[in-house]
Amino acid sequence: MFEQALTDLWYGFGVALEPHNVMWCFVGVFVGNMVGVLPGMGPLATISILLPLTFGIKPVGAILMLSGVFYGAQYGGAICSILLNLPCHPPHAVTCLDGFPLTKKGRGGAALGITVISSFVGASWGITEMIFLAPILVMVALEFGPAEICSLMLLGLLAGSTLARGSPLKGVAMTIVGLLLGIVGSDLETGTPRFTFDITHLYDGVEIVALALGLFGIAEFMKSVNQYSEITTTYSHVKLRDLRPSRDEFRRSIPAMFRGTLIGSLCSLIPGTGPTIASFMSYATEKKISKTPEKFGTGMIEGVACPEASTHSSVQGDFIPTMSLGIPGDAVMALILGALMIQGIVPGPQLIKEHADIFWGLIASFWIGNIILVVLNVPLIGLWVKLLMIPYKYLYPSALFFVCIGVYSANNDMFQVGETIVIGLAGYLLLLLDFHPAPVLLGFVLGPRFEENFRRAMLLSRGDFLVFIKHPISAVFIFLCVVLIAAQIYVRLKKPKVVEEFELDTGGKEAPVPGE
Amino acid sequence: MFLQTLVRKRDFYAGGLMVLLGGAVALDSVGNYELGTLTRMGPGMFPFMLGIVLTFVGLLILGAAVATPLGEDESILPADKQWRGWGCILAGPILFMIFGQFFGLFPGTFMCVFVSALGDRTATLKGSFILAFSVALVGSLLFVYLLQSPFPMFKWGF
Repeated sequence: MFEQALTDLWYGFGVALEPHNVMWCFVGVFVGNMVGVLPGMGPLATISILLPLTFGIKPVGAILMLSGVFYGAQYGGAICSILLNLPCHPPHAVTCLDGFPLTKKGRGGAALGITVISSFVGASWGITEMIFLAPILVMVALEFGPAEICSLMLLGLLAGSTLARGSPLKGVAMTIVGLLLGIVGSDLETGTPRFTFDITHLYDGVEIVALALGLFGIAEFMKSVNQYSEITTTYSHVKLRDLRPSRDEFRRSIPAMFRGTLIGSLCSLIPGTGPTIASFMSYATEKKISKTPEKFGTGMIEGVACPEASTHSSVQGDFIPTMSLGIPGDAVMALILGALMIQGIVPGPQLIKEHADIFWGLIASFWIGNIILVVLNVPLIGLWVKLLMIPYKYLYPSALFFVCIGVYSANNDMFQVGETIVIGLAGYLLLLLDFHPAPVLLGFVLGPRFEENFRRAMLLSRGDFLVFIKHPISAVFIFLCVVLIAAQIYVRLKKPKVVEEFELDTGGKEAPVPGE
Repeated sequence: MFLQTLVRKRDFYAGGLMVLLGGAVALDSVGNYELGTLTRMGPGMFPFMLGIVLTFVGLLILGAAVATPLGEDESILPADKQWRGWGCILAGPILFMIFGQFFGLFPGTFMCVFVSALGDRTATLKGSFILAFSVALVGSLLFVYLLQSPFPMFKWGF
């Protein structure tokens, strides 16, 4: 098996090193890095804007580029947190706690240097995990019938909606709204148009680009307008040679990096616990096992290395369930799955076999992309710092234009711009009511496949609901669902000590921009 | 008294909205689409089930709202209301649709960026104009010439 994996990986490098694929990978990580730095622009909005532009290129290039935006943005987000104390990207919110004090002490450059190293370590581990774990998952998943697929999707949806931030009940509500939005359009089996309100444009369903850009573009801009104050850049003069950490800082960061990597990779295996939870958890752990926990928050280099490593290892690990089972863990992964489907590729366990070039090419490109990012970040740090100073008032109008033209180019149809506006307004209302819109996208992407498998399972069992418990594998998934719900109720009602301490440790710091 | 506190809670509206939405979907599925049987489901069955579940979840949210004491900040609109910002952000894409449809990409982009930029509290007419003009120029050149979008840069008519 080990040999097989290496042969496949070798093949993957062959695909990823084709000149045009290297180019798309470069474009992806560069754009990702850039938007990661810009306060108020997230990878979600960026991937949705770029999505229509990838219709014209080959599937491999498209997926490499869109994924590059996602992990590239993680490199950029750290810069924003460390130099400006702006937690504009949720996974990096905890990095502020120790990163900014370091900047104030004049060690911001070193913190950035450590960040780059830990990111690379974390990412490399995540990729290795994917190489060996994904084929095993696929082997198991290929045996699944409709009942198993259905229960697995249920587990994925439940985990994705309840483990994200905010109230779990509201997360579930949003997932159902997403599933309902996925129903809009013609019924797969009978062709009956459902919930289309007799609008012919809706017969093909709600456009995923319009949904994503409405929720994470327009609604976000409405939330953030006039909220970003002048950015103080007194501390953010970093030169190239500042990036070198001192010998002591380096020595202290190495074990922290490996602990972070481990926590991140564990988190990535549970659907729904993306990079944000991983980074918060690793910070709390690092503080707990440190010999000097009281010094955390005053500029401890471990407090930067550990969360950054775990963010990156979980970002890469997020791709495992997405690519091998076709079950996305968060909204970004849902978008990447959406991109695959638009290219005419059915996500699921058969993907590795039928589209080996995409799967192994993607894995190989992760390494290429991460190396490009390390090389890119070191000399360009000056440029990124300048980008940080672009005020939000210039940023969001320009971004709105890209939203409009992006949605328009999806089908060259003006109707979809209108659709986006309506979804954006509805999304903002939901935000005001404390709903987080990320699970909507999850439900939307999985919805049609969920319904199809559900119908098939019920047909095969002649309408017997117990089929989901009668099949052993399916029963395990259902059992996990029940455990998940029970655990949520327990945490809500009792609020065990662990949770309270965890909230205390991280200072309850929450990022101003949700939706990741 | 009980009702007076309840209607000030945010979750009262959040749960209520979900109950209404779920109920409407469930009723619509029964009324307009064929339910079929569990073995052979019609187009209405799946949305009907989802509607029921959503109503139930909405009721739970409502129940939680009743059970928890009134929080400090429960108003739905944020403390500083950005009517101008919100209006401008929504007006931008609407103007993009109108001007884009009738006059082409350049005027559409210009109007979209110009109006939405005015939503910022510190925005000036001159600054917004310069921003809108440059974005429109770069954007339309990028999309029309580089990315070969079928959107004409200028046109006239309906």
